[in-house]
Amino acid sequence: MLTLLAASVVIFTVLDVLPGNAAEVMLGESATPESVAALSAKLGLDRPAPARYADWMKGLASGELGTSIAYDTPIAQLVAERLVVTAPLALLAMALTTLLAFTLGLYAASQHGRAGDVGIMTASQVGIAIPNFWFAILLILVFAVKLRWFSAGGFPGWSEADGGGVGPALRALVLPAVALAVVQSAILARIVRSAVLDVLREDFVRTARAKGATPRGVLWGHVLRNAMVPVLTVMGLQFANLLTGTVVIENVFSLPGLGRLVFQAIANRDLLVVRDIVMLLAAMVVLINFIVDVLYVVIDPRLRVRRE
Amino acid sequence: MSGRHARRRWRQVNFAIGAALVAALLALALLSFAWTPHSATDLDIPHRLQPPSAAHWLGTDGLGRDIVSLLIVGSRVSIAVGLITVGIGMGFGVALGLLAAVKRGWVEEAVMRLADFTFAFPALLSAIMLTAIYGPGLVTSIVAIGIFNVPVFARITRASALVVRSREFVLAARALGKGEWRITIEHVLPNIAAILIVQATIQFALAILAEAALSYLGLGTQPPTPSWGRMLNEAQQQLFQAPQLAVYPGVAIALTVLGLNLMGDGLRDIFDPRLTRRR
Repeated sequence: MLTLLAASVVIFTVLDVLPGNAAEVMLGESATPESVAALSAKLGLDRPAPARYADWMKGLASGELGTSIAYDTPIAQLVAERLVVTAPLALLAMALTTLLAFTLGLYAASQHGRAGDVGIMTASQVGIAIPNFWFAILLILVFAVKLRWFSAGGFPGWSEADGGGVGPALRALVLPAVALAVVQSAILARIVRSAVLDVLREDFVRTARAKGATPRGVLWGHVLRNAMVPVLTVMGLQFANLLTGTVVIENVFSLPGLGRLVFQAIANRDLLVVRDIVMLLAAMVVLINFIVDVLYVVIDPRLRVRRE
Repeated sequence: MSGRHARRRWRQVNFAIGAALVAALLALALLSFAWTPHSATDLDIPHRLQPPSAAHWLGTDGLGRDIVSLLIVGSRVSIAVGLITVGIGMGFGVALGLLAAVKRGWVEEAVMRLADFTFAFPALLSAIMLTAIYGPGLVTSIVAIGIFNVPVFARITRASALVVRSREFVLAARALGKGEWRITIEHVLPNIAAILIVQATIQFALAILAEAALSYLGLGTQPPTPSWGRMLNEAQQQLFQAPQLAVYPGVAIALTVLGLNLMGDGLRDIFDPRLTRRR
């Protein structure tokens, strides 16, 4: 909570106080003094900064985010419209990342030192080095330009009335999600592998095996749960990467999500929209880290004892 | 035993590959100041989108510029951004980390909370905010990436400095009457240098990826300065006519980042062989 408050103060300072007069920035250099004064009055910029900050906080708490000057639409409505693209994309990408990383990481750990392990580790080293937006362009090149299995970008919408539907919408998110997931899972697979290998060397694993537990039973019952703490830490950090990655990937595929909205807002100098979206993204990063902290304790009760 | 030797050999090969890739990049960037096959900025519209030939080894782009020259000159931006942002991160981060480790108490708490807080602002978010006010540009992206590097170095410096400060030779230095800051400079810093250098190679690689993404989005390097991220942006607009243009800059970024990561892994093994053995 404290982090969120501090974040809001920084965002407010950078986007509202530092520019001097935000109305001047929004209207550009060619604006007349009258139009700047009119916008200043409309946005309440003539009031002192602490009062403006308090208004913004009240608005955030009640969902009243003000009106975008470029779209002349309530910002809350704009954000809600865009979230239905960004949120499913981030979740789909995270699910794919987890699936890929655990499959590859566990397989590599089970093949420790053998060809399968070396192969996966080499591939993941290359995967880490690939920029996700380049991988996205390559996916477009292969699956949209050459094979024509998917469209090169755009989003049909979730409702059939708009000419879209669940099927076409999910289809439009497949390539973006794969572009995000492949690069992220290269990192996570390495963490899964090394965490599992560390746990496999523990005495309790040997004891469980000596008691006659099957390899599968040992893996699911003992190894995975103990390996999850370092894996979760990285997954929490990765979600932040994934969110910013989503901003980039939405631009590669021309998806009408938060990422594109914030870029259009920068181009339109729509500072209020930029401020609210940056706050929303920072809040998501903080929230995910908080959830990871809670999950630690759920997964490893020893941490609770230590904290107390 | 032979397995361990084989693994060690494998790591040495990886390190050599990484170092060779990084050395090649540095050499190319230096060479670009003295020589490039063609100008990287002069437009030659009649010869646009040429296939590879003896005159243009990888062909020309949509404005007739030589791809090889663009790639070579583009490496300068990547290296400059890597060096400056790691410099910013190390300069402020190491100072804050050492301050936290030496002073402890509320100073340490404040530095660590500040580090936690900065993590809520990935480089892209800072860049978006700064661009909204100051407009896009290389300086904006360097500041944004540099700010994000500070908490990374602050955390790692504090954690490793605390370990070193509990060692016997630091106690001995203290018993000899050396002051805390002298001990920090003479004993702690040299002992954590290796960890910092390894982290620097990782952050260097991440900075190159971040700069490429920002330039691709139009928030970073501005035309006519060539950069790999911008080349990918321009290539995507011609994906149907000239798909090959989208391949080269990406390969350049990936090879550079791969080289830095392999070098970082190798350096870690050289500086701390115990860690390797345990793994």
